[in-house]
Amino acid sequence: MTNHYQSTYTPNTPAIKEEMLKEIGVKSYKELFVDIPEKFRFPELDLPAPTSELDLKNEMSKLANKNSIPGEYSSFLGAGAYRHFIPSVVKQLTSRSEFMTSYTPYQPEVSQGTLQAHFEFQSMVCELTGMEAANAGMYDGATSTAEAVLMACRINKKFKVNIVDGVSPFYIDVIKTLTQATGIEIITQDLNTALNASEESTACYVIQQPNFSGEIEDINKLNELSKKNDALLIVISEPMFLSMYKTPNNYGADIVVGESQPFGVSLTYGGPYAGLFACKKKYLRQLPGRIVGETVDSENVKGYVLTLQTREQHIKRDRATSNICTSVGLIALMSTVYMALQGKVGLKYLSELCYHKAHYAANKISTLDGYEILNNNFFKEFTLKCGTDVNKLNSYLHENKVIGGYNTSDESNNTMLLSFTEMNSKEEIDRLVTLLSKVN
Amino acid sequence: MNNKNKRKLLMDRSIPGKVGATFPALDIPEQKLPDKSQLREDLAMPEVSENEIVRYFSSISQMNFSIDHNFYPLGSCTMKYNPKLNDDIASFPGFNDIHPLQDTSTTQGALELMYDLQNLLAEITGMAGTSLSPMAGAEAELAGMLMIRSYHLNNEDFKRKKVIIPDSAHGTNPASAVMAGFEVISIPTDENGNTDIDALKSVVDDTTAGLMLTQPSTIGLFDTNIIEVVKIINENGGLIYGDGANLNAILGKVKPGEIGFDVVHSNLHKTFTQPHGGGGPGAGAVMVSQRLVDFLPDPIVTKEEKSSIFNLSQPIKSIGKMGTFHGNFGALVRAYAYIRTLGKDGINAISEDAVINANYIRAKLQDTLDLPYDRICSHEVVFSAKSIKEKYGVNALDMAKRLIDYDIHPPTMYFPLIVDEAFLVEPTETESKETLDEFIDVMKTIVKEAESNPELLHNAPHNTPNKRLNEAMAARSPKLSWRDTKAN
Repeated sequence: MTNHYQSTYTPNTPAIKEEMLKEIGVKSYKELFVDIPEKFRFPELDLPAPTSELDLKNEMSKLANKNSIPGEYSSFLGAGAYRHFIPSVVKQLTSRSEFMTSYTPYQPEVSQGTLQAHFEFQSMVCELTGMEAANAGMYDGATSTAEAVLMACRINKKFKVNIVDGVSPFYIDVIKTLTQATGIEIITQDLNTALNASEESTACYVIQQPNFSGEIEDINKLNELSKKNDALLIVISEPMFLSMYKTPNNYGADIVVGESQPFGVSLTYGGPYAGLFACKKKYLRQLPGRIVGETVDSENVKGYVLTLQTREQHIKRDRATSNICTSVGLIALMSTVYMALQGKVGLKYLSELCYHKAHYAANKISTLDGYEILNNNFFKEFTLKCGTDVNKLNSYLHENKVIGGYNTSDESNNTMLLSFTEMNSKEEIDRLVTLLSKVN
Repeated sequence: MNNKNKRKLLMDRSIPGKVGATFPALDIPEQKLPDKSQLREDLAMPEVSENEIVRYFSSISQMNFSIDHNFYPLGSCTMKYNPKLNDDIASFPGFNDIHPLQDTSTTQGALELMYDLQNLLAEITGMAGTSLSPMAGAEAELAGMLMIRSYHLNNEDFKRKKVIIPDSAHGTNPASAVMAGFEVISIPTDENGNTDIDALKSVVDDTTAGLMLTQPSTIGLFDTNIIEVVKIINENGGLIYGDGANLNAILGKVKPGEIGFDVVHSNLHKTFTQPHGGGGPGAGAVMVSQRLVDFLPDPIVTKEEKSSIFNLSQPIKSIGKMGTFHGNFGALVRAYAYIRTLGKDGINAISEDAVINANYIRAKLQDTLDLPYDRICSHEVVFSAKSIKEKYGVNALDMAKRLIDYDIHPPTMYFPLIVDEAFLVEPTETESKETLDEFIDVMKTIVKEAESNPELLHNAPHNTPNKRLNEAMAARSPKLSWRDTKAN
């Protein structure tokens, strides 16, 4: 038998394997692959040689450091992913291997840790959004929104989706991808046009609060319209905003979706994040994704199980509510621990802190020549009209160790979306203002 | 913490005035807040101290089985060891803290890693192009089926509305095919566990868009009819979708692209060790043949040859974006680190050892349990508890629950659906012979117990925080949040 590479992750030595092959009744492992057509069996694999942990860490560290890292740079980039402070407890608890290296809790008796944590998450998402029911998590904010659209069309058996301007362009892209083969028609229009066109064939209206430009719009009229047209109102929101402002149930939302990332999840170049998904209880049977429910065991002791599973693909196959097969459990857990730590007082305080920082910055910047704040009512993010090309401006900022705002010039000429969190100190904000004043 | 105390929810631990974190000072002048009519006063979140939160989550975590603590032979889930160095590398600030919308000139390190990973996965699967953007296996399946749809539409071939799927497939296959607008035609598996060729021939025609096939299949067998299957589909103008859920079994042993597959996805969390996290995050890479590269999901990473600059690019006929940003980057870093650690020899060893381990269990337990497919298996082996049920009135569920008492996570049960009282065992390559021997002994003991004391199995598990849970009650009157638990 050839002497094979012994990796730390395959514990059986060649001698042990030989013994096992004898038990199996074959001479060589090659006999175990005879079902593969001979012509295609054992192809040449052009891969690099193995690397030791030490060498790999050195190499990867160099690669990682090629990136400009927020923290070393001041960053004012948001647009759907936000840099907030993450307490040490979040990483410590979510790194526990009991949480990290377990799988989907199909065996509830040995998964009560995961199930109870999911139940806490669902409870908190309900409180945060003001909705009656929530699932255990989706892939991210955009896919949550696309699933909400599909759910609305299932509920009222209509196929026209009205997306109000101001919904994240990234989310719209994903809605289009995931609905492209379903016969659903996607219309995007501004709020006033939507309000003036009464469309009874509309399955749902989708609006973002605050919207992609940072503006907080009045949703009451859209709610009235959606009720009149027997359409569902889907509101996309953001958890830090929801900690401070009235929740979407106050203006009639049927489904609330969003991104949990701002709560305890590092930016990680865009993922993994977790999607929030909450709705009115009457729509429960159409809710996609995993749901945990409380029950009792054969001795009447409280416990938790995955429930309403007859909606899901492993039971319903081609008639499932969705093909989703995950709840992004570990990421949802990060947000759960984050919410537990910040609690009632902390979430309110932090959201207000973001508000104050953004408004402090806006007040300062609005005094500069060549700049204009385009928002009337905003939370932690606003759109800035600049007197110059935003790419050039951002290059200048980058040279000065600042990552500027997201370039929204495609939407409106020479504009950027600036975001502020508790991570941006007064010193950083003042420095941004000074740098902006030099380029106008 | 005793069991009763562990089960107390955070809101029931909440006492006004307690805080679990410290808060940064307001270092700027306070700004005018919005009108009160806009603000909420009703945020009911727990008020619990940091120490209590740590103890609570640590305590409840201990009610879980996990790979780091238990043998976890959950068939079709590839519960292998998750190397710790991958987590460390993913947490380097240069990977962990970068924003997805930074200008690509400031994220060249991240893009280089993604570019290399695209190529490594294409090489492993024998495909022409890769997109890393799907965020889970099921999303990669959907991406693959949307590409097949777009391909036919692009050829103005509008009648191809049907997708053929064997009855042994994962539930996500038909669910994804339906989301991609197809009608699902289910075909049986023959008595040897291969695709039923006659059945396939009877349903394939010029309305066939393609076939979704898991190789090796969910019964842990490599389809010996594969060449004929591919030929039949291709001759009828269909494309082949390869569900890579079981890629672990064939790494370096066969490249799906060389057999003629048009799409293969890989569940990076299975084969390439992103920790499963109690059910996610996953990551799904999707690899395609040359004729589908222009349809790949947006974005892919491309390299400008002269300048060696990496870009995020949209393929010209792309089916679109699968998620808000560029995929689950954290999982991509782990997959990359894993492949680089193992290298060519290590990747080859994975499939070799995974298949030896599964066949060892098959050989040692074939006289203890029913073996519906009596042939060499791949990385997993399907048993049936049918005879045991007939003889002793003990079913697969009872046996699975009894395994828990021996600190072993049950295998996948009642899947695949085509096997009665199914028990799908996937040991993975990271388990030692000693662990397998222990499992084999335990299984034999349980079968003896089934004969001598069936009640012991009916009432199992015995040492867990909960006995068997009432799932019917949970579904009948759903309590889904803390507020629901207070309602009655």
